[in-house]
Amino acid sequence: MSQHILLGTRKGTLIVDRKNGLWTPRPIAHPGVSISYAARDPRDGTLWAAMDHGHWGPKLSRSKDEGRTWQDLTHIAYPKGARFIEQHLPTPDQDPSAERPTAYKEAALLKVWVLAFGTTDQPGVIHAGTLPGGLFTSVDGGDHWELNRALWNHDSRGGDLFGGDATSRNEWGGTPAAIAYGEFVPGIHSIVVDPRDGNHFYVGVSSAGVLETRDGGKSWAGRNRGMLNDYMPNPEAAWGHDPHFVTLCPGAPDRLWQQNHCGVFTSDDGAGRWTRVSRSDVAVHFGFPIAADERDPLTAWVVPAKGDDQRMSIDGGLFVARTRDGGANWETFRKGLPQEHAYDVVYRHALDARGDQVCFGSTTGNVYVSEDRGESWQCVGNNLPPIHSVRFA
Amino acid sequence: MAHVSFTRHLSRFFPTLEACEVPASTVRELIDELEKRHPGFASYVVDETGRLRRHVNVFIGEEPIRDRARLGDPLGPDARVFILQALSGG
Repeated sequence: MSQHILLGTRKGTLIVDRKNGLWTPRPIAHPGVSISYAARDPRDGTLWAAMDHGHWGPKLSRSKDEGRTWQDLTHIAYPKGARFIEQHLPTPDQDPSAERPTAYKEAALLKVWVLAFGTTDQPGVIHAGTLPGGLFTSVDGGDHWELNRALWNHDSRGGDLFGGDATSRNEWGGTPAAIAYGEFVPGIHSIVVDPRDGNHFYVGVSSAGVLETRDGGKSWAGRNRGMLNDYMPNPEAAWGHDPHFVTLCPGAPDRLWQQNHCGVFTSDDGAGRWTRVSRSDVAVHFGFPIAADERDPLTAWVVPAKGDDQRMSIDGGLFVARTRDGGANWETFRKGLPQEHAYDVVYRHALDARGDQVCFGSTTGNVYVSEDRGESWQCVGNNLPPIHSVRFA
Repeated sequence: MAHVSFTRHLSRFFPTLEACEVPASTVRELIDELEKRHPGFASYVVDETGRLRRHVNVFIGEEPIRDRARLGDPLGPDARVFILQALSGG
């Protein structure tokens, strides 16, 4: 049973400890700094926080002494010459018939959105997903970081723009998560490492879809077959999908799950084909996070929200939905969760499951934990800052 | 010699940072010299393309610098430079 939870919040990093069956937050770390993601490296115990300074740029911070002290790192940066094809947020006065010339922009790090750790036989390997759509990898425990050029230069992004002009069309859209930075760029929010083979991993991109590498990031292929984008004339297009979060079952790593803008999808063949398993009759469709069971490939949890036109809990009541049969059926659980005047929404990294424990935190600063696989909930805090990430630690 | 002073918020990350004299003929040279004295400092003020961060301001006297992309604004011999966070709202 996990004894700690790490929360990345709008106002700092919170470590929550389990004592005598109750969960209690410690005094906040990184006070006042927005933390987009926080997690523990299970291999060496290092705690990581991705800082989203309003003024001073994104930085990483790590603690090797259980959170007593933190060291800020400044070394994650796009290399000189890293460019991307500029995109513009559609505006009401935009003339769709007006051809814009292809414009290129030099990449600068806007946000570290997610961190993922390599397998146990890859000590020191850490991956970071960022805006504007770059994957970085460190092989020395975070002292140095390198942009994954094969993914940055992928044909779906226009090819190698280090050397010259685009040789293919950019298929990656922008994410609204970038608008706060004055940009309209894609973001990598999910990095899913196969525990059997650290050179096999996936990334989830808003908004492009899922890509897979089997050779440690040297080559990448889109894995969007079966995904449906209801906002496109061809819902089964190769690109343009909007996974909100992608994860896998560690005990059966060919089973992937994703909460997508257009429903919940799962795959039982390593993302070879996705199947939509939403059930709108039990209000499981839209949302941001999804958590997979550690061992059972057929069990997953979501915290549904009222469609993309509202993005809040449904009818003022907060609930968690669980499937135990691969998405064919969903049970909903409300015990211990507010059922009146609750308008919380749960961000994509703010739900986690570990054994029988499940935890989530909301934009309204509420955090709930379950120790019976999501069936009943106790409140960790009601007046916390908006929660960006929740990870058992 | 430019005289540079800083918002106190930067002291959180660089506890030894204090107003100081810096030999520099442009803002770019000034930032480069400060990076030598306080490794990592530049990344708080400019991004990796060298552009001034969106919510950071540099003033020479009472005037904000003009060249936020390359920091080419010249510094006179007795320039007074201020590195501050922008009041971008709120």
